[in-house]
Amino acid sequence: MKETGKRKIWSDYQKEIADDHFFYVRSCIRQSFFPGSETFFLDFMRNVLGKDVYENPSHTTCTGIGYHSDIVPFQTIMTVVARHFALMKESGYKNIAISCVTSFGIYTEILETWKHFPEELEKTREYLYKATGRVFDIPENMAHTSDIIFKFRSEIAEKGKFRLINKLTGKPLNVVEHIGCHYAKMFPKSGVGGAEFPNVLGGMVESWGGNVVDYPERRHCCGFGFRQYLVQANRGYSLSNTVKKFSSMKPYKPDFILTNCPGCNMFMDKWQYTMKEMDGTVYGENGESIPVLTYEELAGLVMGYNPWDLGLQYHMVQSEPLLKKLGIEYDPDDKFRTKDGRQMPVPKNLINA
Amino acid sequence: MENYLEMLKNDIRFEEGLNACMNCGVCTAICPAAEFYNYDPRKIVDTVQSGDNEEIEKLLKSDTIWYCGECMSCKTRCPRGNTPGLVIMSLRALSQKLGYFTESEKGRQQFALKRAVGANIFKYGYCVATYAVLPDLHPEQGPIWKYILENTHDVFERLGGKIDEYGEGPLRRIPDDAKEELKNIFEVTGGTEFLNNIEKYSKKKAEEMGLETDDKGVDNEYFTEVFTANNGSHTI
Repeated sequence: MKETGKRKIWSDYQKEIADDHFFYVRSCIRQSFFPGSETFFLDFMRNVLGKDVYENPSHTTCTGIGYHSDIVPFQTIMTVVARHFALMKESGYKNIAISCVTSFGIYTEILETWKHFPEELEKTREYLYKATGRVFDIPENMAHTSDIIFKFRSEIAEKGKFRLINKLTGKPLNVVEHIGCHYAKMFPKSGVGGAEFPNVLGGMVESWGGNVVDYPERRHCCGFGFRQYLVQANRGYSLSNTVKKFSSMKPYKPDFILTNCPGCNMFMDKWQYTMKEMDGTVYGENGESIPVLTYEELAGLVMGYNPWDLGLQYHMVQSEPLLKKLGIEYDPDDKFRTKDGRQMPVPKNLINA
Repeated sequence: MENYLEMLKNDIRFEEGLNACMNCGVCTAICPAAEFYNYDPRKIVDTVQSGDNEEIEKLLKSDTIWYCGECMSCKTRCPRGNTPGLVIMSLRALSQKLGYFTESEKGRQQFALKRAVGANIFKYGYCVATYAVLPDLHPEQGPIWKYILENTHDVFERLGGKIDEYGEGPLRRIPDDAKEELKNIFEVTGGTEFLNNIEKYSKKKAEEMGLETDDKGVDNEYFTEVFTANNGSHTI
């Protein structure tokens, strides 16, 4: 079939994503707020697809939130990232898999800088050696972990137990996808589909049977803004941008929101609680708020993983309305239990509960 | 008076971020900060590009340069390949180097970021970690967050987390030797000096304002002041 229009442009932004042997680097925010997502990714890759994914316990923060809060100099973060590359080299890996969009943007910025300013690369090598005695190579392939799920989206569709079809109506679920600014706005060639028509999440949704919602503020920032959220006095910026985005998507009646960046996921979930508390506004249908899922959580649901092992109960907006639409049978009694089955206290005042 | 434009040119992000601006204003049109703050990235880039030293000094001492959220949406849109967000980052770095950041309410917040995010990096090896997001400072996290902090071990264990344990896994304890390497990197690359500079100028300002800073941590008058102060003059 001849590709035209947006699909033609998208085909110009294909990205090479490695097939196997990944050096996995975690995200401060994803592991703090959505640990089940990172656990799913590794379990799925290793035990379902049989891939080799290695994690080095000595990997630390990339300092990215500090860098974008302007307390960490560029030379410092370049050297911290170079240390991660050194750990990768020492472990015998060449393909890096990054769990965080902020980190992914930073890694991309650094590699671009080293291309344009080779003297900075040399300086970084010297600093790293002086500080740690380590040496590093530049990765042969760099992917965000969503790129990897995107790459294997057809395998997930084939092996999956559920489709993104509303069981009650027989129609595809309406999905708002939110890419996260630092995935491809800075360096469009680094993301699947570029900055104009990013398809990393849309490709998953379409492969799994859902309908991607196009709405006016689809590419607007979630509102994080680093210092604009981290400092309490500035949170009006963060919340105002979220209100703008949710007001824009509301008429399209999304069944859920799918995110690329763990920070965006946290904000789009938690700010719905705040907006409801402030003036009673909810943005979903039937007086409900809109569940917000990471791509790992969605892939896990499609694959038939237990939603409570993925950690959906630890969002502020609860996901039961979505689980019912998907036709997923869940055990309410298992929701707040420990790994060994002990009943935990049941939290109060959650949304959609 | 220092030549600020020359100082900015020493920052490669400035070199990358500013070629020649034609003042079209597309960056301002797309900017989430410009929508809610008294903020216009086009004007900032134009001021810097003009090389007017006095005007650049005003910027370095102003609230204006602290309104950007570094989303970098401007990078995608600029028809001349500029990145106002990178120009802002270089202005912020210079403002902190020269100690001018304490002259504005928004600039003074760097002390809070240093004491919170900066401290996390060295203490835990993470910028953000579950146990460091305190419900009192983050009411917007809602009741689920308080619940998670009250049941952290059980929550993390079920989700495959390794909170406070060495080895692989979400929120594992970072080994001391890795944290030591992180510290060495900050020493060697000027990161420690940069953080100490924030501390030095902030303490001076706190003294002027008659507020105590304590040696470290967030439980002090100056932290509370810069973390919460909002004089209401920032928005449109």
